[in-house]
Amino acid sequence: MSASGSIGGTARREPHTPESTIGRKPDYLHAESTLRSWFLTTDHKRIALLYLASITGFFVIGAVAAGVVRLALVVPNGAIMTNDTYNKAFTIHGVVMVWFFLIPSIPATFGNFLIPLMIGAKDLAFPKLNLTSWYVFMAGALFTLAAVVLGGVDTGWTFYAPLSTAFSNTWVLPALIGVTIVGFSSILTGLNFVVTIHTMRAPGMTWFKLPIFVWTHYATSLIFLLATPVITTALILLIAERAFHVGVFDPAYGGDPVLFQHLFWFYSHPAVYIMVLPGMGVISEIVPAFAQKKLFGYRFVAYASIGLASVTFFVWGHHMFVNGQSDLASLVFSALSFAVAVPSAVKVYNWTATIHKGSLRLDTPMLYAMGYIGLFVLGGLTGLYLATLAINQHIHATYFVVAHFHYIMVGGTVLAFLGGLHFWWPKFTGRMYSEPWGRVSALLIFLGFNVTFFPQFILGYLGMPRRYATYPAEFQLLNVLSSAGATILAAGYIFPMLYLVYSLWFGRKAPANPWNAKGLEWETSSPPPTHNFLSPPEVPRIPYDYPIQAKESRDQHG
Amino acid sequence: MTPSHESLQLWPAAVSATATQTDLLILAFTVLTLLLTVPVFVAITYFALRYREGSEADRSPSGIRSNLIEISWMLIPFLLTLIFFVWGARLYIHSRNAPPDAMVVEAIGRQWMWKFQHPTGQAEINNLHLPIGQPIRLHIISQDVIHALYLPAVRLQVAALPDRYTDLWFKADKTGTYHLYCSEYCGTDHSVMGGEVTFMNPGDYQEWLTHAGAQQGKVAAGRALYEAYGCAGCHEPGSAVKAPSLAGLYGGPVKLADGRTVTADEGWLREKILNPNGDRLAGGGKQIMPSFAGRIPADELTTLIDFLKSYSSPAAGKAADATPAGSTR
Repeated sequence: MSASGSIGGTARREPHTPESTIGRKPDYLHAESTLRSWFLTTDHKRIALLYLASITGFFVIGAVAAGVVRLALVVPNGAIMTNDTYNKAFTIHGVVMVWFFLIPSIPATFGNFLIPLMIGAKDLAFPKLNLTSWYVFMAGALFTLAAVVLGGVDTGWTFYAPLSTAFSNTWVLPALIGVTIVGFSSILTGLNFVVTIHTMRAPGMTWFKLPIFVWTHYATSLIFLLATPVITTALILLIAERAFHVGVFDPAYGGDPVLFQHLFWFYSHPAVYIMVLPGMGVISEIVPAFAQKKLFGYRFVAYASIGLASVTFFVWGHHMFVNGQSDLASLVFSALSFAVAVPSAVKVYNWTATIHKGSLRLDTPMLYAMGYIGLFVLGGLTGLYLATLAINQHIHATYFVVAHFHYIMVGGTVLAFLGGLHFWWPKFTGRMYSEPWGRVSALLIFLGFNVTFFPQFILGYLGMPRRYATYPAEFQLLNVLSSAGATILAAGYIFPMLYLVYSLWFGRKAPANPWNAKGLEWETSSPPPTHNFLSPPEVPRIPYDYPIQAKESRDQHG
Repeated sequence: MTPSHESLQLWPAAVSATATQTDLLILAFTVLTLLLTVPVFVAITYFALRYREGSEADRSPSGIRSNLIEISWMLIPFLLTLIFFVWGARLYIHSRNAPPDAMVVEAIGRQWMWKFQHPTGQAEINNLHLPIGQPIRLHIISQDVIHALYLPAVRLQVAALPDRYTDLWFKADKTGTYHLYCSEYCGTDHSVMGGEVTFMNPGDYQEWLTHAGAQQGKVAAGRALYEAYGCAGCHEPGSAVKAPSLAGLYGGPVKLADGRTVTADEGWLREKILNPNGDRLAGGGKQIMPSFAGRIPADELTTLIDFLKSYSSPAAGKAADATPAGSTR
């Protein structure tokens, strides 16, 4: 490995062309250009871009629905739209954002693109299965989308029974069928990643040389495999009850309505970590690259990823403290929820320690990463408020919860997604984006996000319940503030869509390694050739082999 | 009387010891949160400035043993937060075990109203009047979907389940009128399923029971029939069917399709319920209401019509307002 990182100098920004790419064939983007070559591709990189385009579309739909919700809440009396329209709008927002954006967001795009590159493989283990999972995803997603947008569904993304099975007169059934189908896509992707990481690593790429990004995706894939079948089962039972009155959840037919919540959260709490872990992986790549320093406590961060994926299976009951669960169960779930905070804290402190004595460049990906750390910390600790039984009895199902999970999902996952998108954009597309526009947008999103969601913590503690189309007048000021913040946030989202698309044609051509980052994905050209590497990549001595190696982290390298 | 007139409120009113203790808990937790996060925020900002590329900062290895650091920043915050687990659990257990002498009020949730029944038989819809200085246990069930009864002033909520009872107990020690909500999403009118809880001095409560409460009971019974026979499903604003609103109908003129104008008196309302196809209304709406002749007993019909007579507007109908003299706000 070349030690080209003269600290503090500008030399490290110079493009260098790896020998392996000289005289190369066209890259994966230009190898073929027919529609067929995209829609029948088995190249993990192209499939990643198919996912990227689809989830961007879903994000826009979900964001518009969020805009409708924030618009409605500008006035307390529901004068702008009917309760029914409001309920359908927040259902669209929740269903689309959770099932069709957040869950596939980082794994299906960056994970798909980068895992083979990072482990030095030429593709995923099952390329055809990978393409199949995209088609399954699109089929389910479009089916549900048609149901929630054209027909309308008013149950919320949580589909609680018996509201969803016996009382709602909306298009619940097609929405459920679509979400069930999408679950199979998650399972196939998880399976593919697990097998790939086990069997396709380049010679010399041992487990403790894997980037944290791969570790977190491994942990995520385990959740995909183990938890998704449970939600599939739960949704099928819901479908059976709604369509055929099979009594599972509705007491009118001898069912138990709380049973649905158990099954739902048995998946949906681990699913939080499907959304969070890959983001942690992204941040663990960005921070060392922009500090030019080895990740602090690599092994602890790797173990913490697996730890999070394990403990997260045992905390689902904290969604049900006031829902008729036994007191003993609530005590146990509360205690276990506090335990989840431990591995999360490890990561935050380790990222901070990585910056210490680094050589920092505050480019767009790093701005997103720093924003992520701040917002994730707030999101995580407010989660502990909710895990505290006595506090939960007050703020359960209020705007405090809404604020908390948006700090995790937007402040965490979306910021990590955008940070990763900018970080690997040169690798994906072979083009550089506009750095000034990138920084302005990152700051705009950070500002807009906080103005939107911080007031909701206060609203929640004041006692404003969530999913309210109308609300008492004394909450109007904070709601108007929140809606105003949402407009700033919207502007922050629109800019990247414009300048990133612009860069596809007019951006500066990207060098193989514009950030002087470590990791095998930077050892090949930007964009990579179809089979990723023209000659087998050389696996580095240690992971995160950056110029600055603090003594503490050298002690424990793999 | 509304619970608050302030446009910007920063802390909710607390009317019970449990509520005050919950506030103390969350304030203490916030102090810990600040202790754990402010250093991270300060460190990130400081490092970002101090160690930016090209700065003359010292970057020599610090020589700190990393395993020790890792374990300390795992364990110290965990043990500190465990204090709050124990504190919160104790308060929770206290709030889950009602004293045996608590006064029991029945609460029934259904789309989209709450019905409360006092131990002495008086019932009220969406609003709840309770005495202070005495433990109250709400004994809660739902008739349809899952609801949740939420009283922010006592910092408590619990689900109303369709298949089993749940309980919520508290002892208020301050009089006043506060919000009462449904906090589990329950369909179209979830956000209007609520009203106000009024805590009163015991003497005022007794007086309320004998006067307003008795009147409330009658109106509530009619309102319950209005919901139970499905009238509300079509005649309430926001329904898909868009049947004419019945609020304020009583005693007013009604234009009919044949050009006549009649007065919506008791007799006309009765006839229209039993024989909806007669007296077609002006305006050309399609007549789809079924006849209730033979489906509603005479005594219930009287109660229902009494309710319609008192039904001035959808909001007031829910509140059926009778604010007692004892309210201090």
